[in-house]
Amino acid sequence: MNPIVQISGLSKNFGKVEALKDVSLEIFDNELFGFIGPDGAGKTTLFRILTTLLVPDIGSASVLGMDVVSDYKKIRPLLGYMPGTFSLYQDLSVEENMMFFASVFGTTIEENYDLVKPIYSQLEPFKDRYAGNLSGGMKQKLALSCALIHKPELLILDEPTTGVDAVSRKEFWEMLHVLKGEGISIIASTPYMDEANQCDRVALIDKGEILNINTPKNITSEFKKPLYGLKHPNKYELINRLRDFEYSDSVHPFGEFVHYTDERGKIDTDELKNYLNVNGIREPIIKQIDPDIEDMFMSLMKPEEMDV
Amino acid sequence: MNSFKGFVTKEFKQIFRDKRTLVVLFGMPVIMLILFGFALRNEINNAQIAVLDLSKDAVTRDLTQKLASSEAFQLNTYLHNYDEVEEVFKSGVVKEIVVFEKKFAQRLTREGIANVQVITDATDPNLANIVQSYTGAIIRDYTQELNYQGKVLEQGIQPVIKMMYNPELKSVNLFVPGLIAVILMLVSALMTSISITREKEMGNMEILLVSPLKPIHIIIGKVLPYLVLSVINVITILVLAHYIFEVPFKGSYALFFGEAILFILTALALGVFISSVTNNQQTAMMISLAGLLLPTVLLSGFIFPVESMPAPLQMVSHAIPAKWFLIVVRSIMLKGSGIEFLWMETLILVGIAMFFMTLSLKKFNVRLQ
Repeated sequence: MNPIVQISGLSKNFGKVEALKDVSLEIFDNELFGFIGPDGAGKTTLFRILTTLLVPDIGSASVLGMDVVSDYKKIRPLLGYMPGTFSLYQDLSVEENMMFFASVFGTTIEENYDLVKPIYSQLEPFKDRYAGNLSGGMKQKLALSCALIHKPELLILDEPTTGVDAVSRKEFWEMLHVLKGEGISIIASTPYMDEANQCDRVALIDKGEILNINTPKNITSEFKKPLYGLKHPNKYELINRLRDFEYSDSVHPFGEFVHYTDERGKIDTDELKNYLNVNGIREPIIKQIDPDIEDMFMSLMKPEEMDV
Repeated sequence: MNSFKGFVTKEFKQIFRDKRTLVVLFGMPVIMLILFGFALRNEINNAQIAVLDLSKDAVTRDLTQKLASSEAFQLNTYLHNYDEVEEVFKSGVVKEIVVFEKKFAQRLTREGIANVQVITDATDPNLANIVQSYTGAIIRDYTQELNYQGKVLEQGIQPVIKMMYNPELKSVNLFVPGLIAVILMLVSALMTSISITREKEMGNMEILLVSPLKPIHIIIGKVLPYLVLSVINVITILVLAHYIFEVPFKGSYALFFGEAILFILTALALGVFISSVTNNQQTAMMISLAGLLLPTVLLSGFIFPVESMPAPLQMVSHAIPAKWFLIVVRSIMLKGSGIEFLWMETLILVGIAMFFMTLSLKKFNVRLQ
């Protein structure tokens, strides 16, 4: 397979803040590649380097076979970029935004209508509405349409689903799969761990460092220890008691459950239940569960960075 | 080229959709002109004067009549001796006292010279100055009349003051060129810098940079609409000045608009430069107002004459484009001067424009940092 993005030894500092630390990775042609990580992990900085908007301090990166520093002029027209903040013109209508970006890229809406149709057709009923008056999900669809209008070879989407409702998020990813089917390579970032499964491969990124790169399935299978989900109305006490337990390995709250691993690996759940009963947690629910990306992410993060 | 056209179209759409800014843009010149024209007057109307006539002859009566009949003065009272002078001034109503010496007419015809003392209340130095100049002008006028009539052979009455080009000292004549400079600075530099930094602030610049648009396209696209708006504003000011304040326009319109466009380009380049060193609209506005507008108003000779500034400030004023523009525009409008008299100022303006255009092009970032 052809790498369309090659990054090696990339570092970038903003003053004393190390935004990226020695990042190296490859992304292949027609991949849907995801960067998963919390706010401030360095995703936006990395994307801005890939879109030639920032120059790295150390290391190099090439996009579509060209260097992001020296060949920036040649790379730019081939990219479709959606920045993290909504950056279309709020005082222009949906159609005017589309026409503007089409004209800027020397094309017309008609010329590439087939490509944007699945997305843009949903917006057409509102084409005279100002972009500032659209809902969050609609805005993102419009931004994607505008990024696509010139048929880019590579789409770079910075947190496209942040601030969007669950249904629109799902729709958005479905659209990305359609675009991938059209032969477009896509790089997207997201702080939502559950969206990792939408990607062909993901890179877990935190504090400027890549923690792991793999397919979503392989990442979770790398999670070696058996994982237990515990549930009790008094979640706070449950977490404290589990952390106090002498064989406790990791304790993380996940929604209504608390995920727990034990130093000894596989354990007798009755023993844990007894311990909790004795310590004031009556009748907790305990079951063995399959790990997901978030569990992996938590286990890869540096211990001192873990917080409840 | 197509992409550039698309960009300019978008700019115009955005400007015309922002109704509030538009009202400010087109309303401001009108309001400022009316404010400066009516409120900030240097000329005087009906200043109260008193006359101490120690001669009481035909000439002094005539002269007193002349002063009193001028629109500028109103004869408040006659005094009888010097002791009354201070008393009258203390009342605060009378701004000037004219004293004719004894045997005024006699001295004038025999010796060819007679003295008139003009005492002013200098608690308001500006007013005192103006009142004095007015009086001087009227007295001189009268002397000239006498000369024509052959009544006076030699120099006549002191002092001799003459004001050319703005004989009525109409301040609006001086303010209009200055106002044009201020409005152009405001519209061109301030609006351009705000409009470019807004793109940065909203994140639009990120997308624009990652597009085939060249920086020069972005700059020209941003600047062009404001060039058009500025020219419209200049025309508005000229029309208003002509019809409401009867400000003369003696020179060539072609030369005037040539110079105006040169100044607009300088201001636009400054606007682009400001936007390249800042990242948000507020900073851009502060820099434009404090760094451009203030010097344009205070140091260009718009309100305070450059000649009366201390030497270091005079040096600074040389670097202010508006100073040169003011000289040029005043000469064209009030004197009707042609390029043969203004080539040096024009060249300086060209130099400043070129300098800032090159600088702003160089400084314009093709990246985010």
